[in-house]
Amino acid sequence: MSEKISGIAASAGIAIAKAFVFQNPELTIERKSITDSASEIERFDSALSVSKEELSVIKEKANKELGEDKAAIFAAHLLVLSDPELVDAVKQKIENEKVNAEAAMDDVSSMFINMFESMDNEYMKERAADIRDVSKRVLAHLLNVTFTTPASISEEVVILAEDLTPSDTAQLNRNFVKGFATDIGGRTSHSAIMSRSMEIPAVVGTKTITEKVENGVMVIIDGLDGHVIVNPSEDEIATYEEKQKQYQKQKEEWAKLVNEKTFSSDSVQVELAANIGTPADVKGVLENGAEGVGLYRTEFLYMGRDQLPTEDEQFNAYREVLEKMEGKPVVIRTLDIGGDKELPYLNLPKELNPFLGFRAIRLCLEEQDIFRTQLRALLRASRYGNLKIMFPMIATLGEFREAKGILTEEKEKLVAEGIEVSDSIEVGIMVEIPSTAVMADTFAKEVDFFSIGTNDLIQYTMAADRMNEQVSYLYQPYNPAILRLVKMVIDAAHKEGKWAGMCGEMAGDPIAIPILLGLGLDEFSMSATSVLPARSQILSLSKEKISSHIDQILQMETMEDVVKFAEENF
Amino acid sequence: MAEKTFKVTSESGIHARPATTLVNQAGQFSSDITLDYNGKSVNLKSIMGVMSLGIQQGSSIVIKAEGSDAEEAIAALADVMKKEGLGE
Repeated sequence: MSEKISGIAASAGIAIAKAFVFQNPELTIERKSITDSASEIERFDSALSVSKEELSVIKEKANKELGEDKAAIFAAHLLVLSDPELVDAVKQKIENEKVNAEAAMDDVSSMFINMFESMDNEYMKERAADIRDVSKRVLAHLLNVTFTTPASISEEVVILAEDLTPSDTAQLNRNFVKGFATDIGGRTSHSAIMSRSMEIPAVVGTKTITEKVENGVMVIIDGLDGHVIVNPSEDEIATYEEKQKQYQKQKEEWAKLVNEKTFSSDSVQVELAANIGTPADVKGVLENGAEGVGLYRTEFLYMGRDQLPTEDEQFNAYREVLEKMEGKPVVIRTLDIGGDKELPYLNLPKELNPFLGFRAIRLCLEEQDIFRTQLRALLRASRYGNLKIMFPMIATLGEFREAKGILTEEKEKLVAEGIEVSDSIEVGIMVEIPSTAVMADTFAKEVDFFSIGTNDLIQYTMAADRMNEQVSYLYQPYNPAILRLVKMVIDAAHKEGKWAGMCGEMAGDPIAIPILLGLGLDEFSMSATSVLPARSQILSLSKEKISSHIDQILQMETMEDVVKFAEENF
Repeated sequence: MAEKTFKVTSESGIHARPATTLVNQAGQFSSDITLDYNGKSVNLKSIMGVMSLGIQQGSSIVIKAEGSDAEEAIAALADVMKKEGLGE
């Protein structure tokens, strides 16, 4: 019997494959003194040999299914496990220092990881991640913990997990991972955003999927309607294959709009841009016909590693994006860390209210070394395309002035060093704090543009933590309170001849799009996969007609009234 | 004791893939085998040792073997260097 589990549709499409239940093992290493080093070494040897056996199996599979090229990484992993420099060092440590195998392995592998990470070469730095993966496997065996890593997947699966961190999702092999479903999260959680940029079907917030489904069971992920079908019958599989076909067809219709500009039915032009996390996402941006990058989240450069990225690393990433976009606008947001995005190596204290705490521009203005390095990388990259710099979480004009002052200082330094910097970089802010939306008229005199970050603007306006399922009913993009704030920002920008964009999930939402068009939004930045459906929708909308209803909408009492009106009239 | 000097001709130097092949080959012999590069000497049976050198194109490396099968080891490794297009 099949079972249907409902969640939130996070990324469109249908995936049908075996389940891979992903659990991140808790590896707590306790340092213990031991007396019998011989038996401790034996324990280490056996953890090594089990790990090698596992890796050999993975390697063979990858070899068969992916080809020798992709399997080479596992050959390297195997060699790390036979590396005398590692194995002998661990054994000597057990012998000489009389410590347990876990502590010895952890010490030695950390030493190698640090060594590779401190190297002056990107390729070598990435190898640190390989050593970390391999060490984790051995440690998990020593601790008798079940170990799975998304990197070790070598057959077509859908991943089921409690949640997936950005670094987990970054490791997913797109050749094998056909889709995923998680217990927690909403449309705006990282895993959901990543699934859209990877263009794989996903359902999040199912609450129980990892509890109810075992490894290897057949499942269907319906990312169109937000369901997971466990153990589907043949009929069900056929139905969903048909649904997938229909979806493909619709996508082909949309594909005809790839090279078009975006106009409403009454010929008002707007810009449809895409949100990205890494240079690799640019491919999807171009394939989906976006007219620019409206939000490049730079924090992924800082995540999943042990130390800050260097200026050159950042420069290369920014330059790559700017070059690939070939002169189309690219809005790069400076580091937005804190809140739900932690960087372990910064050793920031735990906060009771991280979303209201030391994050984003607040952190950058305090930790100026981090900020200045990023700004220099951005400025150096500016001559390779159409760069716009955006500061996140601006609450006061003072913060904007200070950030812009630092940017100007770094620019002057670079120019003095003889480095070419573009003279036409627009500098704008994210509007995600209500105080800034309310004061938009004042800000508009000094910034070059606004981009409304609705995910946070809604959470701060409604005072509802967007990670907390119990208050998720307060996440109300169409609440008249939010719409009024959005209007204030757009009107303020236009009054000063500036442009206003939106880079939250709301910008790609089919219910919100007509209202935003009517409010006069200039730029809509969304997941790349939403661009073509949005363009097709806007083609059929009359801005003039919607604008004539805006006052009426803003006077409505509840979100439900707004949604009902929009669905019936637009 | 046997040794041979190589000039690295491969465009990307010696990185993961060819290093894997070299280290695998070295592991087949009982001799102690080292690789000298830029004033540093590492165990050629250690993938992390070899990788840590970050050997670049155009540089010169010396492979040394000491033990009962030293000669065979050097010959086999020279073969790998050639076959993998690493250098001669």
